[in-house]
Amino acid sequence: MQNFIDAYSWLNMRFLFEGLWVTIYVSVISVVLSFIIGAILGFVRYVKVKYLSMIVGFVIDLIRNLPLLLIIFFMYFGLPSTLGIRLNTVAAAIVALTVFESAMLAEIIRSGIASVDHGQMEAARSNGMSYLQAMWYIILPQALRRMVPPIVSQFVSLVKDSSLATIILLPELMYHAQIIYGQNSNYMIPMFAALAVLYFAICFLLSRLSRALAKRLK
Amino acid sequence: MRRKKNKLIALALTLMGMMVLLAGCGDDLASQDVLKRVKASNEISWGVKSDTRLFGLMSIRTGKVEGFDVDIATAVSKEIFGDQVEVNIVPVTSNTRMSLLKNGNVDALASTLTITPERKKEVLFSDVYFNAGQALMVKKGSKIKSVKDLTKGTKVIGLQGSNSVDNVKKAAPEAKILQLPDAAQAFAALKSGQGDAMTSDNAILYGLAADDSDYEIVGGTFTKEPYGLGINLGQEKFQKAVDQALKAIETDGTYAKIVKKWFGKIDGFDGGVVK
Amino acid sequence: MITILTDHWADLVSGVRITLSASLLALLGSLIIGVIFALFVISPLKPLRVLGNIYIEIFRNIPLLVVALFFYIVIPQFVVQIDGFTAGTIGLTIYTSAFIAETVRAGIESVDIGQMEAARSNGMTYLQAMTYIVLPQAIKIVIPPLGNQFVNLVKNSSVLAFLAGFDLMYQANLIVSSTLKTTDTYLAVGLLYLLMTMPLSYLMRYLEKRWAKQPAND
Repeated sequence: MQNFIDAYSWLNMRFLFEGLWVTIYVSVISVVLSFIIGAILGFVRYVKVKYLSMIVGFVIDLIRNLPLLLIIFFMYFGLPSTLGIRLNTVAAAIVALTVFESAMLAEIIRSGIASVDHGQMEAARSNGMSYLQAMWYIILPQALRRMVPPIVSQFVSLVKDSSLATIILLPELMYHAQIIYGQNSNYMIPMFAALAVLYFAICFLLSRLSRALAKRLK
Repeated sequence: MRRKKNKLIALALTLMGMMVLLAGCGDDLASQDVLKRVKASNEISWGVKSDTRLFGLMSIRTGKVEGFDVDIATAVSKEIFGDQVEVNIVPVTSNTRMSLLKNGNVDALASTLTITPERKKEVLFSDVYFNAGQALMVKKGSKIKSVKDLTKGTKVIGLQGSNSVDNVKKAAPEAKILQLPDAAQAFAALKSGQGDAMTSDNAILYGLAADDSDYEIVGGTFTKEPYGLGINLGQEKFQKAVDQALKAIETDGTYAKIVKKWFGKIDGFDGGVVK
Repeated sequence: MITILTDHWADLVSGVRITLSASLLALLGSLIIGVIFALFVISPLKPLRVLGNIYIEIFRNIPLLVVALFFYIVIPQFVVQIDGFTAGTIGLTIYTSAFIAETVRAGIESVDIGQMEAARSNGMTYLQAMTYIVLPQAIKIVIPPLGNQFVNLVKNSSVLAFLAGFDLMYQANLIVSSTLKTTDTYLAVGLLYLLMTMPLSYLMRYLEKRWAKQPAND
């Protein structure tokens, strides 16, 4: 018990919350970027532009089928030598998460749009709407409703996945917890408990939020 | 039929395009002259361990990495580029450090890096700035007293990318070696009984054992591990400047001060701290 | 890239073998646990429902790395000595079982509720109706998502690299640290991962499309 009280000292908690802040910060930026990129890619895949959609689709499939850990390594170690860009750990983590999650989201968005009955598009067009109008007013609102749950669970995954960036020593929650129990092994269990609670709190909140959002859309 | 063919061609083109992109034709950061670039940007990046007490350990109080290697890197940078240079400390692990240097993520390494013939093919080294030796750490009361006791069926924990792993393979070929990503994880694994002993340099192990009185260093050192600062191939000018800076901080007493600050109070430390 | 493959072929193959066995074992384990908890969640007994929901929510919202490291460094100190492979596989099993439980639950619920009632009114018990009527129909709905879970398992098993689990990612890291050819090694290893994941995920997409043509009640 004493271990728990010592482990949750003000100093340790502050250090842990500094890590949590990096987790949130990296996640939020990656969520926003990957949503934008994923939406564009998903749309490109859906509309079937000759060659372009196929190439985009293939690249998305490649990324979706690789471990995120590999992509993180690649962005951190590979980019400076191949493209001459030096990324710090935060930037490398954001790029890796964005690349990976954009591919995941693109697929969700493509299948979301595709799931709306094809007849609706035809009906809207025959009523004089342009393709884009029909898409914007008729198809997308319906697709969005179906997409919200998988999109949000993807965001939850992103928050959880950001813990993998501890391998490149991104100073996020997981890494900070490791630093604390690395310096005093009595704090190991308290730190694992803290990790479980903090990650759970963020992810659970996020998924509850989405459920509320999904209900409002209906 | 025709569509299928087009599909194949498009796939092949995509793959080829990606290969070209990845094969690397960009402006390679690692080969730009470090002296020139740092003088222009007034910022230098050093790769330093962040989980190794005494050499580079992230402070929970400040969030900054502190240790012998940090102080040496800072002193050397200030000696070369002046007091106002910004020293950027990038945390590295044994496994990531060489790649980060070679790929240009950092300008130099001060990360308990042993000078070895194999590594000399990949990077340049400064003069020796610290003499360590490889040792074993075990739980007190363990049957393992020296590297000779690492027989068949024993498991040794080491760090990915450290040459202590290669050394122990030679010294104890029958032992199974488990390589963990960093020192903190490796020590946690030792405590969980994942291995019978942990091997690394004595100075690193003393730092870890200082945390926990249940663990001790046994059998003395079985190799010599001279540490050098790591610099990219082709950066001979920077290497020369670093060597001169090391001499200068030794002459003016800075080096002795840093040694005393970090190793003055370590009991039982028999590793040489001579340059 | 070719030289990495040829020079380190034996290490890479043993890595692939470990990755596949961890993934298969975890799939089997998480399928069993997942189905059990899915049945809990839809069961008429409230305590079981609560228990099932708690299990699913907890493990869906905590990063795999936290779970796996917990089994690697905490469990051996207090419960039982397990190595990196075992700890990683248990972590993967528990983590994945929460997702499989969700998938199976959704599958079962998508089978028309009238069928259960019809079966019961024909004199079947709840368990009989579940086993003979509802589950066989649910299986078709859940096979594509389960296949995708296996793809995820292969990708997620890279977490073994954190635990000296000798999987493909661990071997990749060792190859990188001995050769220092980061880009080449991660490209080669990426190719091996794709060989494991791509065919399966295309097969699942094909099955999904084929089976989706049959009427479903959305």
